[in-house]
Amino acid sequence: MGKLDVVIATDCGSTTTKAILIERQGDVYRQTCRGEAPTTVEAPFEDVTRGVLNALQEIEELSGRQILDGERIITPADGMRGVDIYISTSSAGGGLQMMVAGVVESMTGESAQRCALGAGAIVMDVLAANDGRLPHEKIERIRHLRPDMVLLSGGTDGGTVSHVVELAEYVAAADPRPRFGTGFKLPVIFAGNQDARSEVERVLGDKTTLHQTENIRPVLERENLGPARHVIHDLFLEHVMAQAPGYRELMSWTGAPIMPTPAAVGQIMQTIARRQNINVLGVDIGGATTDVFSVFATIGDDGIAAEPVFNRTVSANLGMSYSISNVLTEATMANVMRWFAIDIEEADLRDRIKNKMIRPTTIPQMLEELQIEQGVAREALRLALIQHRALAVGLKGVQTERTLADVFEQSASGDSLIDMMALDLLVGSGGVLSHAPRRSQTAAMLIDSFQPEGVTQLAVDSIFMMPHLGVLASVDEKAATDVFERDCIVYLGTCVAPVGGAGKTGQACVTYDLQVDGAPAVQGSLLYGDLQVVPLADGVGGEIVLRPARGWDVGAGAGQELRTRVRGGVVGLVLDGRGRPIHRPDDDDGRRKCVTRWNRALELYPEVGEET
Amino acid sequence: MAHAYTPGLRVARDAVLRRTRRLPMRGEVLAQVGDTVQRQQVVARTELPGNVRTMNVINRLGISADELPTFMLKGEGDVVRKGDVIAATRPLIKWFKTVVEAEIEGTIESVSAVTGQVLLREPPLPVEVLAYVDGTIVEVIPDEGVVVETRGAFVQGIFGVGGESYGPLHMISSGPGQDLNPDAIDAQCSGRIVVGTGLASYAAIDKARQVGAAGVIGAGIHDSDLRQLLGYDLGVAITGAEDIGLTVILTEGFGRIAMARRTFDILAHCHGQQASLSGATQIRAGVMRPEIIVPVVDRQAPADNAEAGHSGGMGEGDALRVIRAPYFGRIGTVGRLVADLQQIESGASVRVLEVEFEDGTRALVPRANVELIEE
Repeated sequence: MGKLDVVIATDCGSTTTKAILIERQGDVYRQTCRGEAPTTVEAPFEDVTRGVLNALQEIEELSGRQILDGERIITPADGMRGVDIYISTSSAGGGLQMMVAGVVESMTGESAQRCALGAGAIVMDVLAANDGRLPHEKIERIRHLRPDMVLLSGGTDGGTVSHVVELAEYVAAADPRPRFGTGFKLPVIFAGNQDARSEVERVLGDKTTLHQTENIRPVLERENLGPARHVIHDLFLEHVMAQAPGYRELMSWTGAPIMPTPAAVGQIMQTIARRQNINVLGVDIGGATTDVFSVFATIGDDGIAAEPVFNRTVSANLGMSYSISNVLTEATMANVMRWFAIDIEEADLRDRIKNKMIRPTTIPQMLEELQIEQGVAREALRLALIQHRALAVGLKGVQTERTLADVFEQSASGDSLIDMMALDLLVGSGGVLSHAPRRSQTAAMLIDSFQPEGVTQLAVDSIFMMPHLGVLASVDEKAATDVFERDCIVYLGTCVAPVGGAGKTGQACVTYDLQVDGAPAVQGSLLYGDLQVVPLADGVGGEIVLRPARGWDVGAGAGQELRTRVRGGVVGLVLDGRGRPIHRPDDDDGRRKCVTRWNRALELYPEVGEET
Repeated sequence: MAHAYTPGLRVARDAVLRRTRRLPMRGEVLAQVGDTVQRQQVVARTELPGNVRTMNVINRLGISADELPTFMLKGEGDVVRKGDVIAATRPLIKWFKTVVEAEIEGTIESVSAVTGQVLLREPPLPVEVLAYVDGTIVEVIPDEGVVVETRGAFVQGIFGVGGESYGPLHMISSGPGQDLNPDAIDAQCSGRIVVGTGLASYAAIDKARQVGAAGVIGAGIHDSDLRQLLGYDLGVAITGAEDIGLTVILTEGFGRIAMARRTFDILAHCHGQQASLSGATQIRAGVMRPEIIVPVVDRQAPADNAEAGHSGGMGEGDALRVIRAPYFGRIGTVGRLVADLQQIESGASVRVLEVEFEDGTRALVPRANVELIEE
């Protein structure tokens, strides 16, 4: 492609279309302006391009750059006129909703789920030959859900044919209609046993728009998710996007294919992990759903580092407004209330949360209400991580050779890939994290819910720019990473959390020497049960030597000293001596005192009489 | 800044309303443009394909899947009655003959020589769409449904459960803020829509259900009572399909709150008149709120256009309700729109407005925490 000096990018969300302007300044790219407007997919407008044009007009007004000539985006850029490329992501209209099917739930069923989630879909249900439901129940389920598309997998190449065909027969019997576009046939992707292709074609060929691609699990020991994900993206554009109001026009404006928003976030996460050679965990908590992304390095059977594994999960009913009541249901009241330093009646809390559910755009005015929302957020994040851990696993059903030494190790195939001790960077995104009045509140929510172990950098997406950067990464990786580092991410600091020891409150679990670049050394010790913050400003780095007490581990093994670099941030260096899982007193009074102490240590909330 | 956008619930004394009544899939439309329709009149109908039953025939016959077609006595598309023999073995000695009978009445959907399964489809299920409101057909959507236009009083609730119901409104409160008293709900409420102006407790709703009321309208409800009513904890506000025996609509929210005066006035004015209710609520993109429509057909004066609530402008003097603590549920007017961001108690810097409450007191409230009471 030609020069790339000016980029305009939009993310068409369910409620808001967000636009950002990115410009090359010398050798680096910077995000220089942002605008937003209500999304216009639904009545009375029913044309997504209206919202996009409104958001672009706001950028024009703020930046002084002319982007539009009438309703046409001017390309290429010439001085303060035009842009070199327009790119976009979309999650409007409920995003991409899929059903997936595999023969064995924990094997090809799970692979199909990972495949669809990684492509940015919401998985409405996983059908499997052994999922315990009767055939007519499966058929009813397919018919009832009306997905945008179905991913049918199952069987390794050369393996079972009949079970795969059976699943195809259920799909055919359900005769499902796609959500958009009456009169269109439902797109079905077959990515299973290659020997079943002709039979699947016979069963589904007439009733659906069938696309056949490579098997996502050609052998038990290997997943091959890429080809099916590409087909999902193509069908997303051809069938789902093209049916949504105005998207056909929007697609003609963009210089790169429109990506589902979560797929774009996954793209930027993978780009950052690869370029910095780190393990990354990201979370985006929205009003209705919470997405978790991870990129973790793995070691192959030969002991050599294999390609990092990317996983994404979406917890469809864990969110901070539309789904806030469901968080309470799933997490239980006791788990939500354990984060409160305030005393509140359970019935009152229930009514308040239901009121947030039915009026999702309201914001906490009182400090007490803010604390309630942030408590609920901790539980939503915790539950989303549990769901992510369950799916981000090694392949199940794989035979592994075990030596005598392995007998004492309880590991088996299907272990979670999420190793919190190996995690390098934890990134948060979404309103409750990005718009918290104090950044320390963001750091506390991330630490309390994800409970990172050892030494972990913390960051937050300042204005939800990751989707834009994900699609930009597919065009120009450097431009995307420049903006990610300089404008997208706010570094909160680094969390140091020793684990494994069984201490008494008040006993030291680790001592440290922190040598900040160009400043005197700082020494100290972290007591069990305490939280501490050591100032370490944004942009400042230092070397820390951590000496854990007997039984405690900070990443080098139990009791082993660790010397490593730490990065500062707007919060600083957070030393977390509360253990994993976080230990707190059982009684309400003791727990509230404990939470109050932690809140004060991080200066989370203003004290009585203090200016906010 | 003269205006700001804020969502509001529509409350109108006399409005023109259009409701689209659409089938879940293509079918037959039974009304024409210009027809006058009654609320419970069928305006479109279709047939949903019947449920599918799978029969593992090869196991019962003791044959392999690829042999199945040769043992079938009925083929794809054949209509069968329950008990009809659809497949049988052909032994030399007829005593050893094994037969497989159709488990349901229906049609043979498919016979698979790969899986050995036979799929039987039950007869189609009829689906009918009612007019829902008394009015006139103004548009026919070919093969899908109609648009009905009506005119009358219109109140949007904030949250509801249960589907559509019909009946005369029965106001049992003399002013806003009176909890629904179960003792005030008696046999004369049967077939009616009971209206209270304060808290609707489970006891009151259950009493209404026992006496055969068609619906209950209240201002607020406790979450614990909603849980008792539904039998489960509602996680996401997508409702309308609950089978609870009546329709419940709340005009204000959760907790003990008084109904807005204007809402009370309209509902009290419509006491005894036939109303159409829908409890269906969907709080997602494409928001859907529950509603009360009281059609009145003989008015002469021009009506409001209740559908034109999209402008969203908020100006000084407009009526509003605060929808979040610490002033939750209080009614007032827009006193002043403050242009600059203001720091609120939570520490956040947000756009606010000054609200003048009915008692003359004033307070700064985030703009996100008020909604206009739209007429």
